[in-house]
Amino acid sequence: MVEYSKKVMDNFFRPKNMGEIKEADGVGKVGNKVCGDIMYIYIKVEKKENKEYIKEIKFKTLGCAAAIATSSIITEIAKGKTIEDAKKITKEDVAEQLGGLPPIKMHCSNLSS
Amino acid sequence: MKKIYLDYAATTPVSEKVYEKMNPFFSDCYGNPSSLHSQGRKAKEAVEKTRKNIKNKLNAKKHKLVFTSGGTESNNLAIKGLAYKNPSKKHIITTKIEHDCVLNTCKWLEKQGYEITYLSVDEEGFVNLEELEKNIKKETLLVSIIHANNEIGTIQDLKKISQICHQKGTILHSDACQSFTKVPIDVIEEDIDLLTINAHKIYGPKGVGALLIKDYLNVEPLFHGGHHEEGIRSGTLNVSGIVGFGEAINEISLKNIEHMTKLRNKMIKELKNIKDVRINGSLEKRLCNNINVTFKDAEGESIVLHLDNRGIFASTGSACSSNTLKSSHVLSAIGLKQEDSHGSVRFSLGKETTEEDIDYVITNIKETISLLREMNPL
Repeated sequence: MVEYSKKVMDNFFRPKNMGEIKEADGVGKVGNKVCGDIMYIYIKVEKKENKEYIKEIKFKTLGCAAAIATSSIITEIAKGKTIEDAKKITKEDVAEQLGGLPPIKMHCSNLSS
Repeated sequence: MKKIYLDYAATTPVSEKVYEKMNPFFSDCYGNPSSLHSQGRKAKEAVEKTRKNIKNKLNAKKHKLVFTSGGTESNNLAIKGLAYKNPSKKHIITTKIEHDCVLNTCKWLEKQGYEITYLSVDEEGFVNLEELEKNIKKETLLVSIIHANNEIGTIQDLKKISQICHQKGTILHSDACQSFTKVPIDVIEEDIDLLTINAHKIYGPKGVGALLIKDYLNVEPLFHGGHHEEGIRSGTLNVSGIVGFGEAINEISLKNIEHMTKLRNKMIKELKNIKDVRINGSLEKRLCNNINVTFKDAEGESIVLHLDNRGIFASTGSACSSNTLKSSHVLSAIGLKQEDSHGSVRFSLGKETTEEDIDYVITNIKETISLLREMNPL
């Protein structure tokens, strides 16, 4: 078994913002069934002073612990950010927030960036 | 929290009886069986008694038994040992559902110029016997077929397989690490030329195994050294381990097998009540302790980790493959689509497993699966 950090396990067992936004302003879909990981991110956007903010963000993911944990953490990072800033989140940011990912699972953070 | 170990196909605990038998050979009777003095002779006596007992268990009247470090070494010794000894024959037949130690040995030989035929299996995991017969040719050095599959538990008919091999003039090797003492094996009746067995799947210690080799067959050693084991496997004998192995062959009784079969059937029946579930492998000719199940729309690693968090220890595919991201070659061979094989889990029971354990496990599987399916975006 690959070794996960405590943060990964916390986010896997107690994922934040899991669920669906029924009338989402945008849905991001990544992954595919064959590789085994599929992630949907739902967002609701709010306009303030000419900038678009992520007001609400939720995810649904089919996949391994790393895929679920990265989904959870990305929603935490992106929440409240402007769309512009959210676009700048990298896979390294995600992995760093999770206390690192095993090399074999680094591609999971790619899914979410 | 309850702790329920359901990964006996990966390894078993060492039983108390085995442990007690091994104990004196660490610091009391520690002689080297190659030594002439009485301490050495005592150790040798223990090793030879064990050799005899294991051979008796398999009715190996016409075989030599060579002690090794385990299943991986025995399989390497059988295949490479025969290959080195018979350089004119450069064709080997095996199957698509072997353990990695057979598959990767064959793949390595392939790089050395060998031709390897990987036989396909049907949806229950049985080798296609016609395909076997068709593929044996003059240059075929050996056929290596796993007796009971480590992932899906399907048990091959070795007697029929050996008949085909011998009619066509080739040698049969079988890896029986999962089946030994759970399925009766008679190497004379079933006419098996080489057989791999080991200790840590049957309540014995890790790091000990054996290869049975028909008397008239010769294998080139993998290790050269002090001529131990008739020169076939040099290296000071692991006396305590060997003694433990000898004791372990009596650990699984007929009653234990009946008990595990009953619980296995109960668990399979209850798993089938969950929506979108598939049981992999044969339902009739199956190891008494193996359950391999695919849950659609849930992922294996996530399932195993959630169960672990609830004190239940199972594995995705075989324990060895969890370090790679590849889906199981065995499940692919029986026709599972890659997206389905991601959601597969193996539970393997032990003689200690109880009916209450199964009830607890089923409840937790149901909760885990619905939790994960709820997260599925599709």
